[in-house]
Amino acid sequence: MQQRTPLKFNNKPLAGDQLVIIASFALVIVLFQQFWSFEHASKLKIRQGSKIVGTYDLDQTRELHIHGELGDSHIIINQGKVRFKQSSCNNQYCVHQGWLSLAGQVAICLPNQISLQLVGAKSTYDSLNY
Amino acid sequence: MTRSIINISTTAEDHHIAKLTALAIGLHILEAIMPSPLPGVKPGITNIVTLFVLYEYGFATAAWVSLLRVFASSLLLGQFLSPTFVLSLSGAVFSLCALYVAQHLPKKYFSAITLSILAAFAHIAGQLIIVRLWLIPHTGVAYLIPIFALAALIFGVINGLITRKISTNNRLFKNKSLYDAI
Repeated sequence: MQQRTPLKFNNKPLAGDQLVIIASFALVIVLFQQFWSFEHASKLKIRQGSKIVGTYDLDQTRELHIHGELGDSHIIINQGKVRFKQSSCNNQYCVHQGWLSLAGQVAICLPNQISLQLVGAKSTYDSLNY
Repeated sequence: MTRSIINISTTAEDHHIAKLTALAIGLHILEAIMPSPLPGVKPGITNIVTLFVLYEYGFATAAWVSLLRVFASSLLLGQFLSPTFVLSLSGAVFSLCALYVAQHLPKKYFSAITLSILAAFAHIAGQLIIVRLWLIPHTGVAYLIPIFALAALIFGVINGLITRKISTNNRLFKNKSLYDAI
């Protein structure tokens, strides 16, 4: 077994260590900014079945009644956020999802075949398949 | 009892690697039963053994100890060839690669702390690549990167400090005159 030359008996981080710690910390901050930046959406895209019902500006206060498979869905746009207020479905998952405001968020009412998709300046992926 | 026909001749180095690996396996299993707030965020205390061995016995022994530990622990925990094992192996291989390069850094400026941080980052990079390519092929994995990186930094520093302390004590203990002087 080969013996290596002894290291200095000192437990404080050395100059290089400090540099590495600072650089790593900077990297972690950059990673948080890169991956955890959530952009506020500017537009709302509503689909019924396979058709796009319309694209609406989010910066307004407006109530929409979209006709779906089962009946009407009541959607509220309120200054940058949107939600299902009421929907003609049994489980009301879409209503319980509450307000949406970030780009890439979606609320879907499957029984009524209506979906809300929030769009930002650049489109984000909701999922990838291959 | 029938006598074993196969007789493996072992060297002193083999015994040494086995002892150090046993220590690493113990720590690995200890860590496996520790609860974690997020799957994957673990202190990586077995890295202390790898680093210690790297400093005291060189890279080849460290690689043996690290890889044997991964295989033996997975057999003991019943995870051999499972995703957990593959993640463990990829992490170990990546951090060994990082250590292979980092061991050549000047010792005057870079201690075990640097090596520990680099190994921790490489470990998590190796695991995230496997997760993204095989286990969860979804861009949502990206949200976890900052958390894992932060954990790698924190535990990297702590493990590095521990390694340095153990390494120093070991050398002081070996060198009796120096030990008496302090």
